[in-house]
Amino acid sequence: MGQTTQSAVDGADAGLSTQPERPAAPQQGIGFSGWLRWAWRQLTSMRVALLLLFLLALGSVPGSVLPQRGTDAVRVQEYIKDHHFWGTLFDKVGLFDVFGSPWFAAIYLLLMVSLAGCIIPRLLAHLKALRSAPPIAPSRLTRLPESAAWTTSTADVPDPDALLRAAGDELRSRRWRVVVTGMDGSGREAGTVAAEKGMLRETGNILFHLALLALLLGVAAGGLFGWKGKVIVVEGQGFANTITQYDSFSAGRLVDPGNLPPFTLNLNSFEATYEREGKQQGAPRSFSAGVSAQTNPQQAAVTTTIGVNTPLDIDGSKVYLVGHGYAPVITVTDKNGHVQYSGATVFLPTDGNFSSNGVVKMPDADPQLGIQAMFLPTAIIDPEKGPISVFPATDDPALFMSAWQGNLGLDNGVPQNVYVLDTTQMKRLGTKSLKPGQTWTIPGNGSTLKFDGIKQFATFQVSHDPGRIPALIAGLLTIFGLILSLLVPRRRMWLRVGPADGDSRDIEIGGLSRTEEQGLERVVGEFADQIRGLAPPISDDKAQSNA
Amino acid sequence: MSSTSLAQLSNVFVYSSMLVYTGSFITFAVSLASTQAREDVNVDLTEKVAVAASGSGEPAKPSRRVTGVPVERKPDALPPGRRAGNIAMALMWLATILLAAGVIARGISAGRAPWGNMYEFSTASALAISAVFLGVSVKKDVRWLGVFISGAVLLTLGLAVTVLYTDSEQLVPALRSYWLAIHVTAAIISGGAFTFGAFVTMLYLVRDRAEEKAGEGQPVKGWLASRVPSADRLDALAYRTFAFVFPLWTFAIIAGAIWADYAWGRYWGWDPKETWAFITWVIFAGYLHARATAGWRGRRAAVIALIGFASFIVNYFVINLVTSGLHSYAGVS
Ligand code: HEM
Repeated sequence: MGQTTQSAVDGADAGLSTQPERPAAPQQGIGFSGWLRWAWRQLTSMRVALLLLFLLALGSVPGSVLPQRGTDAVRVQEYIKDHHFWGTLFDKVGLFDVFGSPWFAAIYLLLMVSLAGCIIPRLLAHLKALRSAPPIAPSRLTRLPESAAWTTSTADVPDPDALLRAAGDELRSRRWRVVVTGMDGSGREAGTVAAEKGMLRETGNILFHLALLALLLGVAAGGLFGWKGKVIVVEGQGFANTITQYDSFSAGRLVDPGNLPPFTLNLNSFEATYEREGKQQGAPRSFSAGVSAQTNPQQAAVTTTIGVNTPLDIDGSKVYLVGHGYAPVITVTDKNGHVQYSGATVFLPTDGNFSSNGVVKMPDADPQLGIQAMFLPTAIIDPEKGPISVFPATDDPALFMSAWQGNLGLDNGVPQNVYVLDTTQMKRLGTKSLKPGQTWTIPGNGSTLKFDGIKQFATFQVSHDPGRIPALIAGLLTIFGLILSLLVPRRRMWLRVGPADGDSRDIEIGGLSRTEEQGLERVVGEFADQIRGLAPPISDDKAQSNA
Repeated sequence: MSSTSLAQLSNVFVYSSMLVYTGSFITFAVSLASTQAREDVNVDLTEKVAVAASGSGEPAKPSRRVTGVPVERKPDALPPGRRAGNIAMALMWLATILLAAGVIARGISAGRAPWGNMYEFSTASALAISAVFLGVSVKKDVRWLGVFISGAVLLTLGLAVTVLYTDSEQLVPALRSYWLAIHVTAAIISGGAFTFGAFVTMLYLVRDRAEEKAGEGQPVKGWLASRVPSADRLDALAYRTFAFVFPLWTFAIIAGAIWADYAWGRYWGWDPKETWAFITWVIFAGYLHARATAGWRGRRAAVIALIGFASFIVNYFVINLVTSGLHSYAGVS
């Protein structure tokens, strides 16, 4: 191996090494700071980065295989019940909340520290390299992976400096960074052109890693300053953006939930269409919620629609349509003519055809009255399963009810689920099915129940995430950085024009690719051809080409 | 033409493409079998290769390059296996055009981008695998890979028409978004390139082992190993494939996040599909790192790439068919 060549190339790499030295274990007696420095060098080494990447991938696997609290708390409970030993163990080590667990956080935080510790020195080195000249030519260009060499006559090249300048200009015009070193005055030393191309590659690599850090910061900002709430709204009703109006609400640590933007939203109408034919009969085809929104009480309301992929932007928050269902309207009047209940009640869908369950509680009736009901938008009576809906639209709606009388159990102070009737202290009075417009006189009580009609409800998710846009920009920058970093070739090329030897001089061209791409052969070949045009070989048999 | 008859036409195209792919597969196999084992010799070009080491600054591993020793034959005769290889390539082009017609007809019949369910996703993926192969074949002779590629395409199409077939239908509203189309297109092309790269990587492992066994300057033994390019060339081809696909895969994930943000009100939620996309991404980041880490280049990096490909396949089949995330094409509520 050509020792000189090797060291020349090493020299060319100085300050650009992508390879942090493998940290040696510290010597004895280096003290605490020595250990610290050693640990830091370990952490910022490629080897450890690689290890952490694998841990990150491996750690994510249970998050997809086991049910997770964040998305499906019910299945987590079931899992723990069914696999008692393993379930409890998994729960202890955070496997049901992998992406919120301390050990997962530890992996990615270490990776981020490692990344910063790795990329910042690289950034500084790169900034320096951008300002320094391309490396000087190795002593023998013919040892480079691509090279060409020939002898030209002094008659053809009377002024070698002019040749060097022309070669330099040519490369510059093709956007190489170029340094031309002319023949010295004596004419006994060779003159060289040193050229380099593809600094953007390293720029891209650094951009990619920095953007990755920024992406994580964006995600973290969303977690700290963001909030999210879900609310069910019946047609004709509305809600104001305050925490008390939400059915569920979660906020980052740095959010003041008492101080949300004061917008309001009314659901004017809701429309859904479904596939009527074929195998996918009943599959949803379109949803749209007609709403009027008001940024604050002083502003005029804006009427618009919210669809599944078209959220509404309002005052820095986004309102998404995430669900829908039916809210039958009923009126209950007691035997004295007092209205005990009147209005639309939200029924929760239990299947794709919107068989829905709901409950009406009348604590002010005397005795207290409760209705347990199932709403079927397209009702049939299945011989095995009983009443069931066969299509999600209201083609043939019916309300199946049982009425209960007694104590609703609301007074003992325990919060109750509004969708569940506690019948432990109640007596069933009777059951009935109604079509819209029909009335039922509840036996043994005398109240009348009228099924007035059907409204729909929509479930909206309102979220505010200040990290979204920064994360998106950072994400796009990672792609941009990657493209530069993986596709820009990084090359070096040198031309040497030797001193006059009698009436001839030697010409050498060599090229080096610092990346795994092909094409160097062509680049060097083309350059050599151009130089041959300016400094033709003396004769073919003397010229030797390695390209 | 009505949408049902277009869908039927699409099926006819897909089935005929399978027929032609089968022909291509057989001809590629014949071509590979009749290729004379290249009488290659391991040549130590340490001197040249040492300086060619990519920008890692460490001494390069002595690399083996291989030069073919020409076998004497009549000047006008094609090398053995070459004619079969040419026919196989032509069949591959024909089959791919038929498949593309099938995919397009399906899209027109449904009035949307034709990748809304597993069947359509699989046929489009088969198309992507062929397209990547044919794309590379324009610049490079990759006939030696043809039997593997056409085999993979046939397998994918076979699964599609038997297990996964679904009639041409509209989509549930959550899936109707042009970000989804962009996301899935990027994912499908990535899938084609991942598959291509994985086959090259497997052949690299076979060849590399054979070269090592043969030792410097000796002919490479082994039926398959002696019929494929040198380990260095396979390694470089695999790397270039993965270097192309990694930014695209990153883009696919980000486009998916944008869609998720529109559809579900969050851009990332660790749904099983998202989780495995992330795992695949991290493993390939590991692969790219490994290639720049001393002691990890070569075979170890290749194994990492294969693990990454496996995780892509897990995401594609297992997650779609087994788990019940939002991505399993459920409706909104
Ligand atoms: C969040 C974790 C990380 C990810 C996802 C990641 C991803 C990547 C990717 C995809 C590349 C390929 C681009 C290229 O080849 O130029 C790359 C290159 C590189 N990364 Fe990272 N990286 C991470 C962390 C780190 C850390 C912690 C270090 C430092 C120890 C590091 C150092 C490098 C270096 C030096 C290269 C260039 C390799 C070369 O010159 O070919 N990266 N990284």
